[in-house]
Amino acid sequence: MEFIQENLQTIYFVIFCVFIGIEVIANVPAILHTPLMSGANAISGVIMVGAVIMLFQIPPTNYLLLVLGGIAVFLGALNISGGFFVTGRMLRMFNSKK
Amino acid sequence: MNVIVEVGYLIATVSFLGGLKFMSSPKKAKTGNLIAAIGMIIAVLCTFLALKSNSIPTINLIIVLVAIVLGSFAGKRMASKVEMTAMPQLVSLFNATGGGCAMLLGIIEAHQLDANSSIIGIQILLLLSLITGAIAATGSIIAFRKLAGKTKDNRKAVIVIASRTLLALIFIIPIVYFLGLLPISFEILTYTIAFLSLSYGILFVLPIGGADMPVVISLLNSITGIATALSGFVYGNKAMIAGGIFVGAAGILLTLLMCRAMNRSLLKVLAGKFKKTTLSGDSEDQNIKSISISEITMQLSFASKIAIVPGYGLAVAQGQHLCGQLQKLLETKGIQVDFIIHPVAGRMPGHMNVLLAEANVDYDLLKEMNEVNENMKQYDMVLIIGANDVVNPAAENKPDSPVYGMPIIKAYESKQVIVMKRGMSTGYAGVSNDLFGMDNCHLLFGDAKDSLQDIVNQLKLI
Repeated sequence: MEFIQENLQTIYFVIFCVFIGIEVIANVPAILHTPLMSGANAISGVIMVGAVIMLFQIPPTNYLLLVLGGIAVFLGALNISGGFFVTGRMLRMFNSKK
Repeated sequence: MNVIVEVGYLIATVSFLGGLKFMSSPKKAKTGNLIAAIGMIIAVLCTFLALKSNSIPTINLIIVLVAIVLGSFAGKRMASKVEMTAMPQLVSLFNATGGGCAMLLGIIEAHQLDANSSIIGIQILLLLSLITGAIAATGSIIAFRKLAGKTKDNRKAVIVIASRTLLALIFIIPIVYFLGLLPISFEILTYTIAFLSLSYGILFVLPIGGADMPVVISLLNSITGIATALSGFVYGNKAMIAGGIFVGAAGILLTLLMCRAMNRSLLKVLAGKFKKTTLSGDSEDQNIKSISISEITMQLSFASKIAIVPGYGLAVAQGQHLCGQLQKLLETKGIQVDFIIHPVAGRMPGHMNVLLAEANVDYDLLKEMNEVNENMKQYDMVLIIGANDVVNPAAENKPDSPVYGMPIIKAYESKQVIVMKRGMSTGYAGVSNDLFGMDNCHLLFGDAKDSLQDIVNQLKLI
């Protein structure tokens, strides 16, 4: 209960995000579903931000955690760059004469 | 200093939303992607700004920078090399990296938490993000291997039972721990849960059939999003929460859309079950009429408006470029060609649209099933290439058929239907197709790519 009270603002934020997200994404036409998915995939790479914050706090002598953190940041960066580049590449192929 | 960081995260959040909003039309989508990417760069830069004031050990900084540079280059390389037919595999693989990142984050955070005893709420969120991240990671790797044809479906009962046991354990062990009945440290708990979740991810995707992959990819995508949002909660980072939730919402929406298009419930897909038909044998009394290439070419040249219904078989035969050629050739002869695309054509949502876009087909010609179903009579000919169940009229008029209730493209209502098929085998659902026996339907047997090539060659001569 206390936890909920302390984080009430964030909980409101989450609920609004859910509804806005559904509303916006429901408008994407079927023709763009693959780019939508790979673009969304890239956005979920924002987890890298968490990994970077984390890595800065690891004591520099804890090698196990440093390695794990390094891998986490690498995976996040791979997700972000791969996701956005491949989405861009796909979207460039959608052309119309009109 | 902190104000700039907060504003930066705010801009990032808005740009994610704006980027997704711009995806609503193919014309604006490129800008949308750019906006979201810029937002991401801002979010990452802000993270560096926020921590500049603290003293960061040099080694940590070096590791972060090296990891980011290596990751970005690897991602760019993979993205520029992939074939469009292999897009579902690549998306699964990227999804696995996101999930893996979430899981590692959970493990590291657990180590840090141990020092300063923290509140139970954070620990629960941490475990949840760890579980979702781990499931998404291994699940996506199995999905990737299945799509690449490296792993076969495995529906053995042992696997199903084992996966359910694991799922139960993943929930029971933390509950027991938080009740204070398990005398282990939080660190060990996280390692145990991570291991169980990783194994569950593997067993959960193994029994799911290849044609159900659109559902699975969407679902795993949404799980990664949820993992991101949960760890955003742990860090109190709103850009992470918002980004994660948008991805989760996109994934869930697409999952439900795919399920509806296949007329199967999500639970049945996950259980790897599908209704097996007992109605075999009624294909024998069908009056199958075959047609030759030259007849098709002749009829095409007299048509004024035709439609092509592509299915996964077309992508397997690598025939999408020939489809594009055929469309251009017919266009120069004044014949209008529409492509009617069923939501589950391909191995991920919207896959067929990308394949045809790659073959330089104008996106205005790519029609959704609902756009044209009311008006199928306008087509002089409908060419069905590598699709089967999605045009089976049994879905509308045979309540005892396994495909009954599935939304279909009403090809049978057009003036003439030509089905390109390798042989008389049934579709994924294992049912015979009533369409083949209809008076206005003719079959052209053979490899789709060869047949298309022959049609294009002959049309050029006319």
